[in-house]
Amino acid sequence: MLASLIIVFREVLEAGLIVGIVLAATQGVVGRGRWIALGIVGGIIGSCIVAAFADGISALFADTGQELFNATVLLIAVVMLAWHNAWMAQHGRELARDMKAVGRAVQSGEKSLAALAVVIGVAVLREGSEVVLFLTGILASEEGGIATVAAGGLGGMALGALVSILLYVGLLQIPTRHLFATTTWLLTLLAAGMAATAVNFLAQGGVLNVGGTVLWDSSGVLRDNSLVGQALHVLVGYTDRPTEAQLIAYVGVVVGILLLTRWAAGNPPSDRPRVASPAE
Amino acid sequence: MRRVSLLSAACAIALSGAAFLQAAPARAEDTITIVIKDHKFEPAEVKVPANKRVTLLVDNQDATSEEFESGEMKVEKIVGGRKQIKVMVGPLKPGRYPFFGEFHEATAQGAVIAE
Repeated sequence: MLASLIIVFREVLEAGLIVGIVLAATQGVVGRGRWIALGIVGGIIGSCIVAAFADGISALFADTGQELFNATVLLIAVVMLAWHNAWMAQHGRELARDMKAVGRAVQSGEKSLAALAVVIGVAVLREGSEVVLFLTGILASEEGGIATVAAGGLGGMALGALVSILLYVGLLQIPTRHLFATTTWLLTLLAAGMAATAVNFLAQGGVLNVGGTVLWDSSGVLRDNSLVGQALHVLVGYTDRPTEAQLIAYVGVVVGILLLTRWAAGNPPSDRPRVASPAE
Repeated sequence: MRRVSLLSAACAIALSGAAFLQAAPARAEDTITIVIKDHKFEPAEVKVPANKRVTLLVDNQDATSEEFESGEMKVEKIVGGRKQIKVMVGPLKPGRYPFFGEFHEATAQGAVIAE
């Protein structure tokens, strides 16, 4: 029973950390709770659907369906994160001046929240479908499997939720004026790490057959499937054996998002004059 | 004239794409099969050639799903009950690369020896 709880928790951990970062990144934004909940619920429903069709997905595209599916949803999340950071850069001045100003930008703010909801949904979906397959396996094979499934599933999810809250509360200790800079960096590195993971799925599926050489091995110091390694994997994209292609993807996404946010900061939203009048 | 060069460019791209696809079946000879039975790997140790891309075929003969995983080989893939999957690994430097079944980690343990 404990073993199943640990497995579920390990799968849920990644999604839990991402929810924690998003909670901190959207601190003070109107309507965030609804969108984040939508992302989580949508992800769980999606998990069940993906698990139900797992064999079918796996058999797609000459048996590379699983890899292509994972890579695709990860890259969607990367795009959403890039878009969110660009939006934050455009509205950064309002945010710094007056938190309530975000309320005025609620229309575009909702779009940004929707992007983050997709990121959460995708994270829950990827890990959740594995949890569903694992738990249905227990249900099918063991006597009294229901108790194990209930304890593992609910306990693992509760621990995942705890991680979200702890990370959120921890990040809120950062003074407000530095909070958005910090979460923007965390979301950027999260996106970079996701891109590197996507590249690895493409290599595993045989879609990408270059740049597979492992550059270094730091697993002696910190294995990326340890608890701390997994947490750092989400927070900064840590991998103990990065390949050339992964490093290129990682650096490419960091540079890409930095350039995008810089460009966005220089181009304030078009739906409102460059200098906002106080009467607005 | 312009149309001709465009056409030849398109042909060149299509040909190189075809050549790329042609390369795929040639790798099939480096396929190594690992069977999962009663949540154990058979054989538990397999030898593969070092320094080249290798395909591992994992044949799950159990009724339950398994997740074939290896941090050392950087693979992670679900194998449905009574299903098979293929993963591409490497190029691996000579050495021992453990893998395991995440859903039954206590018994499902194995390793790839690259040499």
